[in-house]
Amino acid sequence: MASLLVSLLAFAAIVTFAMSLAALLTWMERRQSAYAQDRLGPTRAHFMTFRGKPFVLFGLFHVLADGAKMFFKESFMPKGADATLFRVAPIIGFATSLIILCLIPFGPDWVTATSASYPLQVARVDGSMLIALAVGSLGIYGTALAGWASNNRFAMLGAMRAAAQSVSYELALGLTLVGMMIATGSTEFSAVVDAQHGLVFGFLPNWGIVWQPFAAVLFLVAAMAETKRTPFDLPEGESEIIGYFLEYSSMGFGVFMLTEFIEVVVLSCLFVSVFLGGWQLPWFVGDTSSGFIFGSLFGPSAGWARALDGMVVFGVKVFLMCALQLQIRWTLPRFRYDQLMRLGWKNLLPLALANIFVTAVLVYVDPSLALLAIVGVAMVVGFALVVMAGPKRVAQPSHGAH
Amino acid sequence: MALRVRERTSMSLYERSFLPEVVRGLGVTLRHFFTNLIFRGSWRYTETVRYPFEKRTYPERFRGQHRLLPREDGSPRCVACYLCATACPAYCIHIVAGESPERAVEKYPVAFEIDLLRCIYCGFCVEACPEDAIRMDTGIHTPAFLSREDGVVGRVDLLSLLGRPQTPEAFGAQNVREGKPRGQ
Repeated sequence: MASLLVSLLAFAAIVTFAMSLAALLTWMERRQSAYAQDRLGPTRAHFMTFRGKPFVLFGLFHVLADGAKMFFKESFMPKGADATLFRVAPIIGFATSLIILCLIPFGPDWVTATSASYPLQVARVDGSMLIALAVGSLGIYGTALAGWASNNRFAMLGAMRAAAQSVSYELALGLTLVGMMIATGSTEFSAVVDAQHGLVFGFLPNWGIVWQPFAAVLFLVAAMAETKRTPFDLPEGESEIIGYFLEYSSMGFGVFMLTEFIEVVVLSCLFVSVFLGGWQLPWFVGDTSSGFIFGSLFGPSAGWARALDGMVVFGVKVFLMCALQLQIRWTLPRFRYDQLMRLGWKNLLPLALANIFVTAVLVYVDPSLALLAIVGVAMVVGFALVVMAGPKRVAQPSHGAH
Repeated sequence: MALRVRERTSMSLYERSFLPEVVRGLGVTLRHFFTNLIFRGSWRYTETVRYPFEKRTYPERFRGQHRLLPREDGSPRCVACYLCATACPAYCIHIVAGESPERAVEKYPVAFEIDLLRCIYCGFCVEACPEDAIRMDTGIHTPAFLSREDGVVGRVDLLSLLGRPQTPEAFGAQNVREGKPRGQ
């Protein structure tokens, strides 16, 4: 009974966290993109003045204004649309995202004074990484059904693109995780997180990104394609086909938009759990911890302080990953469709397979993972050198009349 | 006809892998993001002026709404010579000349109207005026009108406007000049 209650509380906590972060992301998307593009972003929504100036609070009221606008719009359904599927479709994608959230450990086990231990994870089930991949694949049903049920050619086109893209990148998404499964010997998120405790070589965090930097990059690319955001936003393609939610208005569209941001949060949670050590922060939160915020205030031995520290670290990591995704979204242009397919099938998939092979060999040769970490660090250093050295600049033929 | 064939060069491995260039692109956007986030003022890349709340100072020679300059006695310096109306490319100046009661001055404008809805703010009237009687140094934008008739500004209104205080001496700082016509 108590464990059920804890599960419910954990569910409330992670869903509240994800929903509020998603709402915040709608604001961050605007503000961050504005600053990256030398604009100011939202500065107008306000309901009072402070010292003679509108009190805009960095434009945060735009989130409220957005929500209010969504609720009061007409909820329109086109003629010939499949009424049931049209209404159900937005919920499917939304629900699948929330299900994945339930599998993520967002803190260390909460050990009470009576040494009862409660996991800060809604569902600790065997093979939860596989379940996350399986449920994540179901999300495409929402998109595809939305496009099909709308009775609109362009929405259908968007849905087809989304389906093709999802199928193409799911393979790479799953295969990139296999490396971490081999290295940690588990397909359960909390076990994978626990395996990333401590330091490697005495100074580097013992995170998945150190063992598997290449897989981390591939995973990030594939997962960004799964979230259907720029540079992989062909299913939307607002300048050409508008996309699968073309016929949606009001909260129907609102749910799609929120799902997009929830997916960003979910992807960040997955990435943080698998490649960035989850709730752990070496030196502060982990096995040999001195405590972070609450731990340093109340002593790291207190179970609740340790749990809260873990949640804070997890939240900060997820937030930073979301910010990185938004930054990528505002840095890169959209792929062309054939480029997208080529990248998925001819680049990501073979590279992910090669990564599995190399990882398996390295783990077989040295089960202590030291060799894997050495290769990983060498790859990161090599890549950094390549970026800093820059490309060989080829003189471009000048345009214009001669 | 010169035909130039441009060779199609395939991308190198460095370019095809995208990643290094993506990282460099991220560097650019992050540099702009953090510069705009942390700094204020001239360090920022952002140039936006929040218009109703902030107003940028116009250049000294900004051409705003016209005004007529008065003599010391308050009568317009204008001698109704029609040079401004002749120079006007938009035909927005309407002058009715009358005989001046003063002996030194031949004519004065009985009516001097500018149709601001026609005016293109070119400043030719100011340059044409031999008497320095019309200027566009008020710094006022064209106001909004509720009817076309409101757009026509008459002699009294034009006389009542003042020049901007920051107008430099070289361009004529005084709002009232000695009313002595040139050449006397």
